[in-house]
Amino acid sequence: MSAPGPGSSGGWRARLVRLPPLLWLTAFFLVPFLITLKISLSDAATAMPPYLPVLDWQAGLEGWSSFLEALDFENYAILWFDSFYREAALSSLAYAGAASLVLVLVGTPLAYALARAPARWQALLVALVVVPFWTSFLIRVYAWIAILKPEGLLNAALLRLGLIAAPLEILNTPTAVMIGLVYAYLPFMVLPLYAVMSRLDGTLREAAADLGAGPVRVFLTVTLPLAAPGIAAGALLCFIPMIGEFIIPDLLGGSDTLMLGRVLWSEFFSNRDWPLASAVAVLMLLIVIGPVVLFRDAGAREAGR
Amino acid sequence: MSGSSAPLLRLEGVTKRFGGTRAVDGVDLALARNEVFCLLGPSGCGKSTLLRLIAGFEHPDSGTIRLDEADITALPAHRRPINMMFQSYALFPHMSVARNVAYGLDRLGRVEQAQRVETLLRLVRLDGFGERRPDTLSGGQRQRVALARALAREPRVLLLDEPLTALDRALREETQSELRALQRRLETSFVVVTHDPDEAMRLADRVGVMDRGRIVQIGPTSELYEQPASRYVAGLLGDVNLIPGTLGPDEPGPTRAVETAFGELRARAPAEPLEAGAAVVVALRPERIVLAEHGLPATVAERIFLGGRISRTLRMADGSTLRASGSAESAEADPAGAPVHLSFAAEAASILPA
Repeated sequence: MSAPGPGSSGGWRARLVRLPPLLWLTAFFLVPFLITLKISLSDAATAMPPYLPVLDWQAGLEGWSSFLEALDFENYAILWFDSFYREAALSSLAYAGAASLVLVLVGTPLAYALARAPARWQALLVALVVVPFWTSFLIRVYAWIAILKPEGLLNAALLRLGLIAAPLEILNTPTAVMIGLVYAYLPFMVLPLYAVMSRLDGTLREAAADLGAGPVRVFLTVTLPLAAPGIAAGALLCFIPMIGEFIIPDLLGGSDTLMLGRVLWSEFFSNRDWPLASAVAVLMLLIVIGPVVLFRDAGAREAGR
Repeated sequence: MSGSSAPLLRLEGVTKRFGGTRAVDGVDLALARNEVFCLLGPSGCGKSTLLRLIAGFEHPDSGTIRLDEADITALPAHRRPINMMFQSYALFPHMSVARNVAYGLDRLGRVEQAQRVETLLRLVRLDGFGERRPDTLSGGQRQRVALARALAREPRVLLLDEPLTALDRALREETQSELRALQRRLETSFVVVTHDPDEAMRLADRVGVMDRGRIVQIGPTSELYEQPASRYVAGLLGDVNLIPGTLGPDEPGPTRAVETAFGELRARAPAEPLEAGAAVVVALRPERIVLAEHGLPATVAERIFLGGRISRTLRMADGSTLRASGSAESAEADPAGAPVHLSFAAEAASILPA
């Protein structure tokens, strides 16, 4: 995706090396995106495929011009003016933002503990963070239903302990969605953070302690600022897919949980409105590109300093 | 040395194990006020661990560390009035020079802090560099920032881990005299760790030579150089001839005879009593050998002119060689291959256990 750097431009060998990723991105990202973009500019129709216009190859130039004339931004106007879609977008941003914040708060100490663990334990502990990936994502989310439902494991345990008198309503609430998001994305937060933190120079912490800083001040003034790039990378790595998350809000959230992924699904499968669904997909991409560009600029500043 | 005669820092029986090995093994050490003490030894001898024990980054398995008679053995690093200048300097890369120096001054008010930072930067001749980032400084400048930062809290003891190693030769000589001048001015005690005998001799009042976790000899550098207690110490501090031999009979007086392959020598009697007939080595510095009218016969095998002095390789009667170095004046008298006689003052050579 990135432009070729200086020095990589020379020779057919270098160009050959760049070819496979270029072909891959063209075939599996650029072409599907262009198709989606085109559909988003079309109108829904009861037909096969369920949208208009379809390019008439036989009509030649005439066909092209009528094809292009039929494209418009009507679906984007709907997204903009219908508050339902605006709310879905804002709600997605809110869920992803809040969950990213919780992930930073939970993931940072966890990654720090991993990085400071005795060397012989670290490989095992990191493996434990990754182990959940060996089970299907869908099954793990279903497991949370079993835990969170009114007669589920959590309520049974709390009732047994006498901490609550009646089962808590957690499933089908925003809380359940947050729990699901934080649970599912924690490894994506912890791993890049751990990578940064385990590479931090330990003598800097010692120097800070030597100058009278207690453990808390050492962490806040030395470890945390130096780990900031890892925190940003982890948060971004979680934020982006959470914007479009579908399974977690669908299974754990109530029927009123609004998230773009869910809206997209229902437009596509329930309403069979492919053009509007495509417009939602393009909108999602635009929302996600913002933070990526910000992060890349920050990275470039850091590198160029 | 000021008022109190009690040592400033005292280590008693300090031992630190890592796994099965004793990195520091029963070290006793007393550091006087205003003293520059140097721990000298090759890498892995335990000198850095000992420094880290004094700093508080490690805690001993047994033994006590006292500062001004107060037991600080269990005190964590951030509570000790001891600061360290790290070998890598360990400057905080995300802070300006001024904020690095001010890091230990968080108890002071903003204005006081700024004044103190300015004073410290002037002390290390870096005024005007406060807003710079450490990665824009040269190695020598970074070292001076590290020094200013370590001095900011006016430590009772300043620990310096290989302070000159990372600097080039010209800068080293300048820096070592600056360090000495600074130490005299601030009246702080320094503990320097180094593997470089030259650095030790330049900086230290006293040197402790370490070997496998133990301090094997302590004394002023001149004493360690002239009167080493072991082959290890003799070899560590500069060039030395080690001549194997057999110890002669016990006799009164400061010197004893040693029978070697090329004749009998006399040298300073060993510090610890050794039986007559014991295998020993005679440690003899090259510059202590003089060419004379009488003495042990030898031939000049090689002669190298080194400007101020001449280095000679002398072949002895049994075919073994000794290195001798002398002033360049006598250069014409003994061309290569010339027969010569050599002698040395008995007190200048040491008899050491083989």
